[in-house]
Amino acid sequence: MGKIVYKKTKGLTDAKLHYCPGCLHGVIHKLVGECLEELNVLDKAVGVAPVGCAVFAYNYFNCDMHEAAHGRAPAVATGIKRALGPDSVVFTYQGDGDLASIGTGDIVHAVHRGEKITVIFVNNAIYGMTGGQMAPTTLAGQKTTTSPFGRDPNHCGFPLKVSEMLAQIPGAAFVERVSVHDVANIRKAKKALLKAFQTQIDGKGFALVEFLSTCPTNWGLTPVESIKWLKENMIPYYPLGNFRDPYKEGGN
Amino acid sequence: MPKKGKVTFDIDLCKGCELCVAVCPVKIIALDKNKLNRAGYHPATILQMEKCIACSSCAIMCPDSVITVEEIE
Amino acid sequence: MGNKILMKGNEAISEAAIRAGCKLFFGYPITPQNEIPEYMSRELPKNGGIFLQAEAEFAAINMVYGAAGAGARVMTSSSSPGIALKAEGISYIAGAQLPCVIVNISRGGPGLGNIAPSQADYFQATKGMAHGDFKIIVFGPASIQEAVDLMQDAFDLADKYRNPVMILGDGMIGQMMEPVEFKERKKIDIPPKDWATTGTRNSNGKRRIINSLEIEPEKLEELNLILKKKYDEIEKNEVRYEKYLVDDAEIIFVSYGTMSRVVRNVINKYRKEGIKAGMIRPITLWPFPKEVIRNIAKNNISKVFISVEMSLGQMVEDVELSVNGLKPVYFYGRAGGMIPEPKEIMEFVSKLKY
Repeated sequence: MGKIVYKKTKGLTDAKLHYCPGCLHGVIHKLVGECLEELNVLDKAVGVAPVGCAVFAYNYFNCDMHEAAHGRAPAVATGIKRALGPDSVVFTYQGDGDLASIGTGDIVHAVHRGEKITVIFVNNAIYGMTGGQMAPTTLAGQKTTTSPFGRDPNHCGFPLKVSEMLAQIPGAAFVERVSVHDVANIRKAKKALLKAFQTQIDGKGFALVEFLSTCPTNWGLTPVESIKWLKENMIPYYPLGNFRDPYKEGGN
Repeated sequence: MPKKGKVTFDIDLCKGCELCVAVCPVKIIALDKNKLNRAGYHPATILQMEKCIACSSCAIMCPDSVITVEEIE
Repeated sequence: MGNKILMKGNEAISEAAIRAGCKLFFGYPITPQNEIPEYMSRELPKNGGIFLQAEAEFAAINMVYGAAGAGARVMTSSSSPGIALKAEGISYIAGAQLPCVIVNISRGGPGLGNIAPSQADYFQATKGMAHGDFKIIVFGPASIQEAVDLMQDAFDLADKYRNPVMILGDGMIGQMMEPVEFKERKKIDIPPKDWATTGTRNSNGKRRIINSLEIEPEKLEELNLILKKKYDEIEKNEVRYEKYLVDDAEIIFVSYGTMSRVVRNVINKYRKEGIKAGMIRPITLWPFPKEVIRNIAKNNISKVFISVEMSLGQMVEDVELSVNGLKPVYFYGRAGGMIPEPKEIMEFVSKLKY
């Protein structure tokens, strides 16, 4: 009998994930579960699920969960965190429509308040659940069902760089953009996510990790092709890296 | 001394996405085209277990927590 | 023996909420209810509670949704257009069966309207608060004292039934000052919040989920039937109203809130002239006192019903439904913040044929 060096985290339930084959939501879910398990906070965690492909996230994370209306997760998380106090770990899990479209007001204000929550932001440059429409994060020139000729920034604006935007706000304690398209990046992403949760646990303020992810179904690519598309197209516009780190900036 | 590994697949969870196939450094994973799991996918399978180095790349990459990795002596 | 103090309506409502155990308040400025968030910002933290001004009314209601799901006694307040902004959130709260108190200090509408008192949010509160089959309990206080007394009930009923409860006031109730007494209230039995998301360490490892999504129609119908059963129980147990000189009355006014104070005046004038007028004053707008109105309509004394509102006619439809064709029903009202005065009401009545 060998030593188990990798097995499914206790941070996820037994429910089978409903995501498309090769969708990286599953990888990000695993990281969230692993971080909560390793930080030993599963039993004091409350997560807020979005509207989007991850609408059933409340079936997957092995902790108390709360469904939110589209975009409103940061407000719901605020209500939960203020009700439960510092001895709780409150997180939201949001896609690019939820956070960067309808939810822009909510997230900006949660960051301004330095709300002590951890936000997991999944950016796959498209609307998955509703069938592939343009997202605020859709790249210039990218074809979607509502930008059939390719996104024209002159017509409908430039893609939102959420991490850069939020990092400028004083209330932002930890902001990092990561990717989960290969093993090396998944390892880095996990380190960032652990820090994002630790930021909350240590009471340092608002933490967000932006995960670049894929949508094979709506990009019209295989899962393996999607990995390549992410690397070649998304990373140049959405550079990976840390934008705010309370453990490096000092202060309280 | 390179590690030796043994991986197990919970095949009914597999969706045949082939991400594990792509990331395995010793290229020992492939979809089993002769098999269909409960969900109708060709599940991933190990071609040559003796070449496994217990790097866990496949398990880390798998979105569906299909894979468990053991280090064996 | 209590102590009476002169207080502005908005402030008295806030103080009453704190005394009723409100622990969190999320709100946003809008005239004419601003004294509520202002009072809460000063006094709630002194009483171990948390005040937060949200970035908008829809953010506030979602903060209420989160805190309510985590088991807290929580409240928000706004006025007409701000309540419209909360609509989606209120539907989510009702669908997830969570308790909360919402105060609407109504103003003139529609649209931006004005800041004068109005009763044109009756439909919004009792019929069309938002999408889906749900109801909220709606109280329509007619005085600051009544608003204060109803605040305790609002929090208790919200917890008892796991449902939003609204205090539907108006700019007059919010802004005027009256002597008010904070009485010691009796507590009712409230079931423990064994559904609240406080972390699985508090529930023996069993996860709790707050949601209203049910993809399978069979399951969503089940949820809706649970809600219906709850609403039926509320309709059976929680109807409140005041009968003012109706037992021998031929002219029956139906009126609530600030408007009822003017109507009471009208009735007193009529009685001095020997005219038998009376009033049914709904205190709960939902559940509406249909039965008492129907019983009066059935008797041999009542001749006509007149709904008097600060609107172009909203509650009158419930009066018509309750009277069910047994007697004629008329409506008198003014819009845009105009308040009907006794003279014009009596002039209107004098022209009626019944």
